[in-house]
Amino acid sequence: MTTAAANGVNVDALLEAREVLKGAPEAAQFTWRASSRWQHGVHSEIKIHNYFGLGQEQSHLEESVFQADHPEVFAATDNGITPIEYLLVGLASCLSAGVASVAQNRGIQLRSVESVVEGNHDIRGILGADSDVRNGFNDIKVTFTIDADASREDIEALVAQSQKRSAVFDALTNPTDVTVEVA
Amino acid sequence: MTGTAAERFTVVVVGAGHAGLAASYFLSQRSIDHVVLERGEVANSWRRERWDSLRLLTPNWQSRLPGLRYEGADPDGYMTMREVTEFIERFAKVCAAPVRTGVNVTSVRPDGDGYRVTTDQGEIAARAVVIASGACNRPSVPALAGLVPSGAAQFTPFDYRDPSALPDGGVLVVGASATGVQLAAEIRRSGRPVTLSVGEHTRLPRTYRGRDVLWWMDAAGVWDQRYDELDDLTRARRLPSPQLVGTPEHSTLDLNALSATGVDLVGRLAAVRDGQALFSGGLRNVFSLADLKMNRLLGTFDEWATTAGRDDEFDAPSRFPSTRVPEKSRTRLDLGSGEIRAIVWATGFRPDYGWLDVPVVDGKGQLRHDGGVVDRPGLYALGLPVLRRRKSTFIHGIEDDAREVIGHLAGFLQG
Repeated sequence: MTTAAANGVNVDALLEAREVLKGAPEAAQFTWRASSRWQHGVHSEIKIHNYFGLGQEQSHLEESVFQADHPEVFAATDNGITPIEYLLVGLASCLSAGVASVAQNRGIQLRSVESVVEGNHDIRGILGADSDVRNGFNDIKVTFTIDADASREDIEALVAQSQKRSAVFDALTNPTDVTVEVA
Repeated sequence: MTGTAAERFTVVVVGAGHAGLAASYFLSQRSIDHVVLERGEVANSWRRERWDSLRLLTPNWQSRLPGLRYEGADPDGYMTMREVTEFIERFAKVCAAPVRTGVNVTSVRPDGDGYRVTTDQGEIAARAVVIASGACNRPSVPALAGLVPSGAAQFTPFDYRDPSALPDGGVLVVGASATGVQLAAEIRRSGRPVTLSVGEHTRLPRTYRGRDVLWWMDAAGVWDQRYDELDDLTRARRLPSPQLVGTPEHSTLDLNALSATGVDLVGRLAAVRDGQALFSGGLRNVFSLADLKMNRLLGTFDEWATTAGRDDEFDAPSRFPSTRVPEKSRTRLDLGSGEIRAIVWATGFRPDYGWLDVPVVDGKGQLRHDGGVVDRPGLYALGLPVLRRRKSTFIHGIEDDAREVIGHLAGFLQG
């Protein structure tokens, strides 16, 4: 399934992996890991390097280090973005990767893909100011601006299919069982 | 070989619905001796396992079986279950199918160069077996049904006949395929507040450009798309049934029609936790996916009409309004508060192969087959979704499938 589009996504490899993993569900089990170390105040440093997948330990080419803090309006030091903003980073990058992959698979050449992700958040929840207000986002809006060799309808279909296959979209829209323990 | 004396037939057909009877029609045509075993009566599932108001989704003129077509006064109408039953009974008579009713098959297992079929009335040895026992033997209910608090009564389409069986109060219908939208509409009409949980679905208008949408499927060749030509057969076979209803008014029953009657739309039911139903926040995207897909299909029809030079015969091409997103869609519902008194699981059906003692069923409970040729010599299937064509599970879809599958079977018998 090769196409003329050059978006830089190796779709053949993805489709091959899909076929292989159909018959080997155990190899499809991945565990992603982040390690966090509290710094000071509400500032933490998070490192990501290793993960588990395809039946064995794997590692990224390089370790990535992230700073998470809170802004000055929260009376904090603002050494990095707010934890909840990392969710926006995840959603935007996941959907964009999806758009590129689906476009490649459908032979659509992309020229630019930009998105703005807005998460509406009532902070009375986390402050405990109103117990009826939830802690997390009330809603999230993603606005894509895409320049590509395709009709508006085809572009809308790219964006729809990208949501359909997005790990982060699923993680944000569906409940996930979360365990937090003290080691 | 076991020593028990058994009756012998060249072929045993399991099930006397339209699929099993069509198999019988083509077996008779080839003078292959056979018997059709039916646990209940002819067309049993249509008689006993459907709700009262159900009508066929396909218009009457499309209801055709080998050697039998609709000859009534309302070719554009949709058959009630009673009419479907009568139609299939007539087919059984016309083709003089050797049906034995009230015979329950309890086991089919390999035996020598054929199969041993055990029934509650004895044993039959056969060279080949045609599985025509249906694709919808059991309602498919998700495991999370077990977490629903006892205050909400639970129903499946098998034990639902009409709204009067439901307790008074709010009803949550889970699933928005043909079953879910039909039941949601009917329950809403009974005056009950209805919440409909919507995952991926197939939206279709009842009529387009003045013709039934299934007329277009037929004319434009969509029905005849073959299983071995589809990009993703697994997906095509799992596709939810389209949001259609057969009514004398030919009305469209999409989500816009439902929300106009006051049905609340929520996302796919993702979990039940502490007595709360949690729904996906991805409702907008399942709407987009369905709208885009419907528009692509309508585009296919338009293209066909133009290419065939028949544009003048129909109303001008048009598009339907997008599915309206509810202003505020709930992502949780307290199932213990008394707001929801009943849950109807319109979450699909699955076949039951509990009696099939041949290792040809996959981990998901589906038969492993290639266009009805099951993964073991002499074993065949008919009447499953996209068995050989998109139309396979529809009544008019059985003729081509049965002819080809029985053709293969005849070749097998000749070695």
